[in-house]
Amino acid sequence: MSQPFRTEKGGRIDRGEELTFTFDGEEFHGHKGDTLASALLANGVHLVGRSFKYHRPRGILSSGSEEPNALVGIYRNGDQTPNLRATQIELYDGLEAISQNRFPSLGFDVGAVNDLLSPLFPAGFYYKTFMWPKSFWDRVYEPIIRSAAGLGKPPRTPDQDTYANQFAHCDVLVAGSGPSGLAAALAAAETGARVILCDEQAECGGSLLSESNASIDGKDPANWVHETVARLSSMENVTLLPRTTAFGYFAHNFVALAERVTDHLAEPDSKLPRERLWQVRAKEVVIAAGAIERPMVFPENDRPGIMLADAGRTYLNRYGVKVGHKVLVATACDTAWQAAFDLADHGVEVVAIVDVRETPPDNLIAIAEARGIRVEAGCVVTGTLGRKRIKSALLGRLMTSGQVASGGQIDCDALLMSGGWTPTVSLYSQSRGKVVWAPEKGAFLPGISVQKERSTGASKAVYGLQACLEDGYAAGEAAATAASGKTATITYSSAYGGEAGSGGILGALPHDRNASRVKAFVDYQNDVTAKDVKLAVREGMHSIEHIKRYTTTGMATDQGRLSNMNALEIASGTLDKPVTDVGLTTFRQPYTPTTFGLFAGISRGDFFDAVRKTASHEWVVQHGGVFEDVSQWKRAWYFPKPGEDMHAAVERECRTVRESVGLFDASTLGKIEVVGPDAAEFLERMYTNPWKKLAPGRCRYGLLLNDAGFIVDDGVIGRLAEDRFHVTTTTGGAPNVLATMEDYLQTEWSDLNVWLTSTTEQYSVAAVQGPKAREFIAPFIEGIDLSADAFPHMSVKEGTFCGVPCRLFRISFTGELGFEINVSRRYGEMMWETLATEIEKRGGTPYGTETMHVLRAEKGYIIVGQDTDGTVTPYDAGMGWAIGKKKFDFVGKRGLARTDLVADGRKQFVGLLTKDPKIRLEEGAQITTSENPATGTAAEGHVTSSYYSAALERTIALAIVKNGHAREGQTLYVPMPEGSIPVEVTGTVFYDKEGAQLNV
Amino acid sequence: MLLIYCPYCQVERAEVEFRCGGEAHIARPSDPEKTTDEDWVEFLYMRANTKGVIAERWRHIHGCGRFFNALRDTVSDNFLTFYKTGEPMPTLETLPQEAGK
Ligand SMILES: [Zn+2]
Repeated sequence: MSQPFRTEKGGRIDRGEELTFTFDGEEFHGHKGDTLASALLANGVHLVGRSFKYHRPRGILSSGSEEPNALVGIYRNGDQTPNLRATQIELYDGLEAISQNRFPSLGFDVGAVNDLLSPLFPAGFYYKTFMWPKSFWDRVYEPIIRSAAGLGKPPRTPDQDTYANQFAHCDVLVAGSGPSGLAAALAAAETGARVILCDEQAECGGSLLSESNASIDGKDPANWVHETVARLSSMENVTLLPRTTAFGYFAHNFVALAERVTDHLAEPDSKLPRERLWQVRAKEVVIAAGAIERPMVFPENDRPGIMLADAGRTYLNRYGVKVGHKVLVATACDTAWQAAFDLADHGVEVVAIVDVRETPPDNLIAIAEARGIRVEAGCVVTGTLGRKRIKSALLGRLMTSGQVASGGQIDCDALLMSGGWTPTVSLYSQSRGKVVWAPEKGAFLPGISVQKERSTGASKAVYGLQACLEDGYAAGEAAATAASGKTATITYSSAYGGEAGSGGILGALPHDRNASRVKAFVDYQNDVTAKDVKLAVREGMHSIEHIKRYTTTGMATDQGRLSNMNALEIASGTLDKPVTDVGLTTFRQPYTPTTFGLFAGISRGDFFDAVRKTASHEWVVQHGGVFEDVSQWKRAWYFPKPGEDMHAAVERECRTVRESVGLFDASTLGKIEVVGPDAAEFLERMYTNPWKKLAPGRCRYGLLLNDAGFIVDDGVIGRLAEDRFHVTTTTGGAPNVLATMEDYLQTEWSDLNVWLTSTTEQYSVAAVQGPKAREFIAPFIEGIDLSADAFPHMSVKEGTFCGVPCRLFRISFTGELGFEINVSRRYGEMMWETLATEIEKRGGTPYGTETMHVLRAEKGYIIVGQDTDGTVTPYDAGMGWAIGKKKFDFVGKRGLARTDLVADGRKQFVGLLTKDPKIRLEEGAQITTSENPATGTAAEGHVTSSYYSAALERTIALAIVKNGHAREGQTLYVPMPEGSIPVEVTGTVFYDKEGAQLNV
Repeated sequence: MLLIYCPYCQVERAEVEFRCGGEAHIARPSDPEKTTDEDWVEFLYMRANTKGVIAERWRHIHGCGRFFNALRDTVSDNFLTFYKTGEPMPTLETLPQEAGK
């Protein structure tokens, strides 16, 4: 199929394999080895997108990851991934790409009217135009901006791809595989050091893959790349990672790499992840990130067909694509001349080389003349014409006066430009190094290393093939020796050609046009012009950080790698200050846009967080129980019978427990085994209550404070022996309680001889509660006298359940006679199924967390974290009885004595009864003294728990209310949208105030 | 992600194995009853928040479980040294010159 801009021969594409792809629905052909950009160019397509703000037609500018214009969406799996750079997308058969930011089509875009209205969009227009009226933001400005400006559309369906994560360690990580990077990797690897070499491109080699005018050891540079890569691949101590971007340099030589595993494949293996995150800890890092070419800032420098000179050369030599048939080369440095020569050698008409410099090197002029290329020295491009593709360029001659005289017009269908080279210091900057201005190079270079890294080659402005190789070898050797102490004798390859050349320019070029009417772009992706930068300076933005935010220059996805230096020079010229006084913005992670999928890895869907299940889980599922999430646990919430809603099920469960017997899975409560000669002393210091006199076989409710005096956890603690306690905690608080205990034990009370062990997962716990609890469990328990006298409330004993060892507690969180049977987790299912099967036969019921909550609320038992919020003391909660006042010290004792904690007016724990027994208050609702409080009135407190009580046949609530204990009997109000609800303040115990039910 | 040395395990491990325990060498007053409100609040809440070298606690929570201390430069994130709980805080003068690099 015709690819009119394909060369006859040459390039690294596989001409034997033709691939079909579509762009905006139109079918094209390319070859294996093409990028989407090179394949489009081979078909003569330059127009690939519309610009962000002005919707101007834009073409492919570069051949790398810094591409600002050619952002496309790629369809796959029935959805599209937006904002991918066509210069990085490897072509595969059947690829479907679409352009972005245009409506209705790329060729005719109504948004282009913005370009004509551009006087309305000056620098900082967001700040100026949309300040007033404020209400217009949400309804008018924002929707318009969103629809008119922007990049691609987000995908509509969940990401179907998978992402992998890999940790790696190495002696030397080399980022970049151009001449310096390859040399560094080889030198390091030959010492035996463990080396990782990554490169964002599909192939290693960097600039060597498009080098036509050099040789290494007498060989074509691409051959040297091939041999070097083969050597590295054969070494066990080397990991080669093409298609892998080092996107983040973090503390302590931790470098994050993004490997694109399947995006380049037509039919990827579904077992493969789309991308893999490499988290690399490197002893030494070699940054071989190279340099990128700078665009020239002249009027209308953004037409499709205008491209960086080195990109034009890369498309020609690497991909076998001519960027045009009549090419104009505009430059300020030597390297672009070689692009012109290569094009001419492939039969492309080079209409002229326009060099800013008055006297370009004679040898270049001689080569140009030999090829019959017109040379215009001391000349600039002052404008371009053509709507969707450049048709001609205006030339201007630089006068000694500094003025520009018209130099005529010249026809062309492509324009290659080079303002010189900018070393890529992004990774160095991310490593927290401070760049240093090198006036002789016109560039910011890596300064002193803050971490264990070194830059090499063009990334520190070492240019020229031989120099880059030498610098790379030295860097690799030094890094390997620093990392592993190893050395090796390496034969350096030597290069011929690939000279560095000279030249380069920063900032906007002079021109003879009407400055107020032309646009010379500095930042292509954000549509920032030279005029915008000057305006920002005039309006008082004098630091580059301010200019950046005001104009958005440098805020594109390349973080200003293309635009910063030109913007800086323009600002510095306008301010009449040296560039070092204007400053350079800091490069931050990530180096290039990185997918969220990569960061999420497998942590999504079912793997987002761990799910913890108890032994009863399957039984609950099979019996129609409903679950609720409590931290990571799945807990049975309620057990509806056929036809029952939640309210009916909970009411029945509550009634059954109060009247008969209920079975509850209490396994999720935290459990900590506290063991050792000083175990009692340790608990004495941790918990508010006294523990030393607690006899083995007895339990006590324990209240845990922090040293500020506030409640942080609670639970029943049983003493199994002089030196052994079974501590329980809340479900959510278990890890923190253990961590807090360890903290005090290790760092404050290292004199105590105590061991702490988490046993939460080691026991399954069945709570059997209700007046018939004793007779219900009796047949299963052996070795324990269950009678009230031998085993009273708050007891613990070891025995057996169905023949397996158990720890049996007589405790209650319902106010009824209650037992909690702890067996080894391996017998959990057996215990639950045995008890659950039996309980229904006996007229009892399994019950869930909702019923547990109602029953405990009827008794006024707090739930830490629901009825308390980290500012509630035991006295506030009405639990002064739990304080061991005679103890010398415990965690929180001194805190409780603080002035504010003993002052009047604290919020206290109370009960609330609505005047209308049918109204159930909303948890979290605010409480006031006035029925209709004025706006701004502070609340007296809030509702913490609220339920319908089957036992009381009415609603009940618990609350925290200012001075609540003294307000029993008072009427307060809970203002709600439907009207204020009057409530009476009561005590917190609604049911069996004497506790008669407990002691049976 | 920081690289942290556990002086008990005597290994360097990634930060994910550890949990930071805040400023080190803040002793809980040994006789709380005799401590003034101001001093107690100082102990509870007041931290130096130094720009520069600080002593901080770390716990090898997914390793040996032990608390230990470290000197870290809050500007560069470089650790200068790690030492066991109970050991005195090293002074900058006593540290070897190459520490922290
Ligand atoms: Zn450890």
